[in-house]
Amino acid sequence: MSSADPNVLESLSRSIRYQLVRMSHASGAPHLGSAMSCVDILVAAYWGCLNIDPARPDDPNRDRFILSKGHAGAALYAVLAEKGFFPKTWLDDYAKTDAILTEHPHPHGIPGVEWATGSLGHGLSAGLGMALAARIQSRDYKVVVCLSDGECNEGSVWEAALLAPAQKLSNVIVLVDYNKWQATGRSEEVMALAPLEKKWAAFGWRTCEVDGHEMSALLEALSLPPDPEGRPTAIIAHTIKGRGVSFMEDDNNWHYRIPKAAEVEQAGRELGVL
Amino acid sequence: MRNAFAKIIVELAEKDPSVVLLSGDIGNRLFDDFKNRCPGKFYNCGVAEANMMSMAAGMAACGLRPVVYTITPFLTYRCIEQIRDDVCYHQQRVVIVGTGSGLSYASLGTTHHSCEEMGMLRLLPGMSVLAPADSFEVEMTLRAALSHTGPVYIRIGKKGEPSVHSQASPWNIGEVLAMQHGTDVAILSTGTLLQESLETAAMLKEAGLSSTVLSMPTVKPLNAHVLEDAFAQHRLVVTVEEHSVLGGLGGSVAEWLSDHPRSRAGLLRIGTPDAFLHRNGEQEHARHILGLTPGKMAERITSRLASV
Repeated sequence: MSSADPNVLESLSRSIRYQLVRMSHASGAPHLGSAMSCVDILVAAYWGCLNIDPARPDDPNRDRFILSKGHAGAALYAVLAEKGFFPKTWLDDYAKTDAILTEHPHPHGIPGVEWATGSLGHGLSAGLGMALAARIQSRDYKVVVCLSDGECNEGSVWEAALLAPAQKLSNVIVLVDYNKWQATGRSEEVMALAPLEKKWAAFGWRTCEVDGHEMSALLEALSLPPDPEGRPTAIIAHTIKGRGVSFMEDDNNWHYRIPKAAEVEQAGRELGVL
Repeated sequence: MRNAFAKIIVELAEKDPSVVLLSGDIGNRLFDDFKNRCPGKFYNCGVAEANMMSMAAGMAACGLRPVVYTITPFLTYRCIEQIRDDVCYHQQRVVIVGTGSGLSYASLGTTHHSCEEMGMLRLLPGMSVLAPADSFEVEMTLRAALSHTGPVYIRIGKKGEPSVHSQASPWNIGEVLAMQHGTDVAILSTGTLLQESLETAAMLKEAGLSSTVLSMPTVKPLNAHVLEDAFAQHRLVVTVEEHSVLGGLGGSVAEWLSDHPRSRAGLLRIGTPDAFLHRNGEQEHARHILGLTPGKMAERITSRLASV
């Protein structure tokens, strides 16, 4: 796990981003900007942290990853396909009529999807249940949950944030994809989110802030051993919505916009995969 | 009823190590025995029901059998989406036990009443909805719920309700308990108004009407055979519940009846009205002003029969 080469993973991230642009173009499914912002987080988690065998996605001792920001489901699918949980050809039908891969992750029939999300503020709580189950059943797995900053508007996130330290769930890692936007505005302005890292710390979490696009920093944060004091860990990953494509970066129109054919090609060139 | 729950859950958790009990910061001292005899299986999840419900679903996904317990309105209305998305959509085996259901906590005000939640939960695919009548039915429904393969909601009262049955008998979800047989009226009672239903039947007898009284602890799934017989063999079928006439047992039976237009008997739904209760008072008082007493129920039944 710790042998993951950041340069190799950064290159993998770029090809996954190009995949996401193509999937959005082909399906007409939105939330491309949100998916692009968390690619490096997912790649670092799956290649540098999570102990999951794609051949045994139901192994009771596996680590669990929950994409609580379910609207970035495309990014999860692209990562799972790359890992070998299911054939990459499934991605071609993503979000199309009768496709296996629904726009938001579905709970039945997609190997590697731990939890169906789409309504925000559910994934962390479900993850805490899994983390507590590990303790009750004497299993040694961890639970990694990716939240969006907009999702931190939800009260249930903070209910979970209060409970996890009380139960000393040191096997829980939260990754906040902090791209500073939510659907219709700056996340600072809509709900006074800052200082986000201090909020999690004040709730009793071990926290750190990283550049969410610097692979080595993400890998380092994710490789921390469990907190000796029993605190769960929150990694605040500063990201850019639409990361990797110049005309999408930090432009919130790409929460809903669908790329045209020429834009797909330009994105491919910018990402260095064409 | 809640004391019966606290007693039975200990026995069930001692037998099945996968049973865990989650409470929303209630049951002070009630679960002391559980905590002592089942260490590491009790979790006070605080006054945070939404998080507790999703956590239970996550635990169930890992093979545990969580039982989630707190006051009914907070356990249902507040986190209906968690019940829908995390419990039902994921088809998790979570047992949701709401205490103080219906008008049990009448004196605490409308925020503590729950006369709509069976209708809400009944709409959720895969959910079973159970309303036991007394402590023995609490035991029966809880045992059945923990061996069921899907999510189950059980609404229980508070403490000190009269026992109608003399023992707990083997029971499966959907089964009814026949209390007495008659030919004029079939009273289908769900939840804690069973004693009142029997007293209603006794009053009807004095008026020359013979009644069947069934305890129906299952509001979903409905037992179609029981309904077919009830409508075929009586002049009037009466549903009785401490729940709105919309959406609960009465609502369910009315829906069923609309799909079975050849049924002979009429239907009278007795329950709480489609309105909030603004008057202060204990449960008995609330039942009195809402017409949920034997005298008022017998009166409505006889006047309905007279108009048929």
